[in-house]
Amino acid sequence: MNIDIMTSLYVFMLAAFIGFEVIRRVSPLLHTPLMSLTNALDAIAIVGAIILAGEGKSTLAIVFGTIAIVAAMSNVVGGFVITDRMLRMFKASGARK
Amino acid sequence: MIRSEYLIELAYLVATALFILALKWMSSPSTARRGVRAGELGMVLAIVGTLLHQGIADYRWIAIALVLGTIIGVPLGMVRMTAVPQRTALSHAFGALCVTLVGTAEYYLQAPQVPRFTMAVLGLEVILGSLTFTGSLMAAGKLQELLPQRPITYKRQNLVNLGFLALAIVLAAYLVVNPGQTWLFPVIVVIALVFGVLMIIPIGGADMPTVISLLNSYAGLSAAAMGFVLNSKLLIIAGALDGASGLILSVNMSKAMNRSFTNVLFGAFGQKQAEAAGTQQARPVRSATADEAAAILAAASTVVIVPGYGMAVAQAQHKVRELFDALTRKGVDVKFAIHPVAGRMPGHMNVLLAEADIPYDHLLGMEDINSDFPQTDVALVIGANDVTNPAARNDTSSPIYGMPILDVDKARTVMVIKRGMSPGFAGIDNPLYYLDKTLMLFGDARAFVGAIVRELPGGDHH
Repeated sequence: MNIDIMTSLYVFMLAAFIGFEVIRRVSPLLHTPLMSLTNALDAIAIVGAIILAGEGKSTLAIVFGTIAIVAAMSNVVGGFVITDRMLRMFKASGARK
Repeated sequence: MIRSEYLIELAYLVATALFILALKWMSSPSTARRGVRAGELGMVLAIVGTLLHQGIADYRWIAIALVLGTIIGVPLGMVRMTAVPQRTALSHAFGALCVTLVGTAEYYLQAPQVPRFTMAVLGLEVILGSLTFTGSLMAAGKLQELLPQRPITYKRQNLVNLGFLALAIVLAAYLVVNPGQTWLFPVIVVIALVFGVLMIIPIGGADMPTVISLLNSYAGLSAAAMGFVLNSKLLIIAGALDGASGLILSVNMSKAMNRSFTNVLFGAFGQKQAEAAGTQQARPVRSATADEAAAILAAASTVVIVPGYGMAVAQAQHKVRELFDALTRKGVDVKFAIHPVAGRMPGHMNVLLAEADIPYDHLLGMEDINSDFPQTDVALVIGANDVTNPAARNDTSSPIYGMPILDVDKARTVMVIKRGMSPGFAGIDNPLYYLDKTLMLFGDARAFVGAIVRELPGGDHH
């Protein structure tokens, strides 16, 4: 066990607590956009894929890294687009045309 | 650290804060769009920061992949609202694919000298990633109706399934001790891929809200595991947030169906529903025409509409909005009662009604609306069935006994729009339909609601 691992475990634990506290407060009205938003945020895995494809340490790394970027990027773009489309539809009584 | 690395880490730090803010702002529809902006900004910062990374030697493949991903992503962001559940399942599959590929490549870069902790986390990452990949594809296939929606069961199914998972875990544990056995890695991936398929086969369409949420959680956890491998705090935090979100939603969904996770995953519902289907018998019901329904609605002062997935299937939500408008103009107080599992994923019904331009302050969750039913003149059920079944409250022999329901039967008059007397999704008969105060309105939801709107006294004739 080195110090990096322990720090990472602490970070994970704290993030999980923050996640539970923040997400418990999300309005049930918005649970579908919540899921598409977390999905887009989760695609942050793209940073790992970019480094893998860019460093080019092996052919396998380049091929897998490139496919991984495509998969993650489609989640980033698709996730944000659909979340915003959904949220635009939610209008309060006063705001109706 | 050299200066550019500090810059990159700072960009990640800001991105992390923006991600947490993005989720915090989802607490209310009035701030939610700001949340999306925050998330987008964080994502751009993180990606640009990563591109500045010193070690990146070649940008060609990255550029091609980013463009290709965008080209695939845009249509996935433009699907119709009824298709959002399968789109979501598909995006869980993509996320899991990314994580599995990166984990696999990372293993082969480090093998044969892989530290034990790294190897254990890598094992977790690719097992979760692989099973989420195929599991999500299966879920998307079922939701898109490319695959049969009914649960497929066979003898010793749970034993076989768990055997696959256990085998993958045992092999991963062996790799932790002997990381040089590189041939084992693809074997583990393949076993986990097969497990993902087997896991979803016995799960029926009505359980999809729980399953999608659970797969969401797995996708998050596998990303967090990837963060441990790459020592990226940003990834660990984003993965943990996503994992927590998926877990909360799946617990919500299970509670709303009065079932445990294990119960959903191990398909006990499939057997019970076969038994229940046999107990059907013909009993008298009262039916009414659109004309009569319109007269009753016009005379009411409070109306609660209970929409189910059947409303979305019939594409009736815009007609329902017309009814809402017409009744509101007459001074009738109209609210919508949304059961947590209405639709095919958490919150799906709210999105469908918001799309039809119904203001969100008229959409109420089960806990907020149930106390209103005794004071409600008319409860109008459109395409919902099991979530209104009073047997869940008082019939201990019912397969859905104990499931929290909308107390529709407590309203003064109940009207149910339904195609015929066939049982609902779970195949369970609904005593609500035989009550004296219940009027059955037989017909297609869209056509029937349209007819009611036309027949409303003094309503505008389109």
